[in-house]
Amino acid sequence: MAETLLDIKELSVRFFTYQGVVRALEKVDLTISKGEILGLVGETGCGKSVLARSILRLIADPPGKIWNGEIFFKGEDLLTTSNRRLRHVRGNEISMIFQEPMSSLNPVFRVGNQMQEVVMLHQRVESAEAREICIDMLNQVKMPDPEGVLTKYPHELSGGMRQRVMIAMELSCRPDLLIADEPTTALDVTVQAQVLTILEELTRQRGVSVLFISHDLGVIAQLCDRVAVMYAGRIVEVAPVRNLFSGPRHPYTQGLLKAIPRVDDERDTLSVIAGVVPGLIRPPEGCRFHPRCDAVMNACDRVVPRRVEVGLGHQVACHLYNDSSEKCDADTRH
Amino acid sequence: MLNSIKKEHEWQIREFLFTLRLLSKNPSAVAGFVIIATMVFIAVTAPYIAPYDPIKISLRERLSAPSIVHIFGTDEMGRDILSRVMHGARISLRIGVLVIAIAGGLGAVIGAVAGYLGKQADNIIMRVMDVILSFPPLVLAMALAAALGPNLNNAILAVAFVMIPKFARMVRGEALAVKEKQFIAAARASGAGSMWIILHHIIPNCFSSVIILSTLLLGETILIAASLSFIGLGAQPPTPEWGAMISVGRKFLMDQWWYPTFPGLFILVTVIGFNILGDALRDILDPRIRR
Repeated sequence: MAETLLDIKELSVRFFTYQGVVRALEKVDLTISKGEILGLVGETGCGKSVLARSILRLIADPPGKIWNGEIFFKGEDLLTTSNRRLRHVRGNEISMIFQEPMSSLNPVFRVGNQMQEVVMLHQRVESAEAREICIDMLNQVKMPDPEGVLTKYPHELSGGMRQRVMIAMELSCRPDLLIADEPTTALDVTVQAQVLTILEELTRQRGVSVLFISHDLGVIAQLCDRVAVMYAGRIVEVAPVRNLFSGPRHPYTQGLLKAIPRVDDERDTLSVIAGVVPGLIRPPEGCRFHPRCDAVMNACDRVVPRRVEVGLGHQVACHLYNDSSEKCDADTRH
Repeated sequence: MLNSIKKEHEWQIREFLFTLRLLSKNPSAVAGFVIIATMVFIAVTAPYIAPYDPIKISLRERLSAPSIVHIFGTDEMGRDILSRVMHGARISLRIGVLVIAIAGGLGAVIGAVAGYLGKQADNIIMRVMDVILSFPPLVLAMALAAALGPNLNNAILAVAFVMIPKFARMVRGEALAVKEKQFIAAARASGAGSMWIILHHIIPNCFSSVIILSTLLLGETILIAASLSFIGLGAQPPTPEWGAMISVGRKFLMDQWWYPTFPGLFILVTVIGFNILGDALRDILDPRIRR
């Protein structure tokens, strides 16, 4: 197995609001290897974006707080490093692409100015050279008429073009890790396919690791090497992409996959997971999925299931796969 | 050579022409623009187009009524009022521009820092600004100008000080809105520090409002500066400042109406001009609504 690039250990993030403490992330463990594309799936509000932002310490404080845990990037804990060092990591070593390409560019500057600025600052080059680099990057993301695009304002570009500009901009700094927070959600399907192809091509070519966040399982299946499934602030299953789609183990993952319509489907109605996503202020005790789970058993509403290995690189946090001694283990209670 | 420059700056030229075209389609903008352009023209060319030396005394012609020789009449020392008013435009506009440059620059930075940093920094900075705002601007400017000593430069500093909170307040409000935008998060994610974000993202996004507020406040600034001169805390005689001229001329209002009237009219017209222009610029300079 390749070298580990990012190692998140027991990360908990809480938001302190007037309604109460929102436990957005509870003891999340996740690793990303060099050159790997890791997908992170989950429903809206399950904490995917919070996880992404925590890595770069971009959680607004207040109300958010990284409660405990460690995030090792190349062996260095990003949560305790100095602000100065962190600023260097941001952009140079870890870049991030956001959900809405509409508002990721500053509306009052031309695209060229913004790109050049980033390139000049991170690579310490003169403006003429930076311009060349920008044009080259725009060519690589298959932007038609790159020179023309440089002189345009963001509002003159379409969503897909803006997202490609963002990809070009973030990759121009040659990061080791790219965090893509639902980069294609706001785009229509054909543009989405283009952007994804470009993203995959460029990151594979350069050996950039990607944390790809999405709620679209189709996209994940196509793009990623490994997948982590999140539910209500916890990671419930991690597996290589093939294993996850052919043999999901966690009842939640199984439910998710059953809810996808297929061309050869003979069902009249799609199956749904009963119930709604729990609020994170007072989440269910034990396994957070148990109120909606079909396979619920005794221990589920009391004990938090440990993550266990059920196949090569396939881990799942569910009592179905924990052996009985662990179910009664008082240490894992919350 | 010329061609290459022309090509390189092609869009800037296009952009400028476009702005001019938008400007010309808006009647009040044209009115305001014409007034201000005339004032600027008078101010710049005063030494060449003024018919007389503004401080040359000619006692034989003192207090003569408007005529072909002296279109606006003369004052108690026989100085030509038209020439003095023209030179006065130089002083008033210079005061206006300097005050706004100082107040706008400082105010924008202060407001953006307060808005972006938030928390305690915001609290402390804005409470100080509130204290300044709680004084009537003219009274505070008077007190400051008096304390600093009555001359033109001190008057400029005093008026600028009074104007800072107006800019700071507005920019803070804008900064609060701008800092929630995703490009700020994106900038932070690519390693930008607070100061960089304030200077490169927050302030430029507040620019159109700052320009509009500047134009609107230029009128008020000129008025306050003239008022300071009127009570003797600004420009000193024999400087042909409008406020100072009215101050001396008010004694003659009953019998020689032209003496205080013409400087007064110039103040009126200039202030109105800036106000109209400011309003019109709001519609034109915002890149998001201009097309």
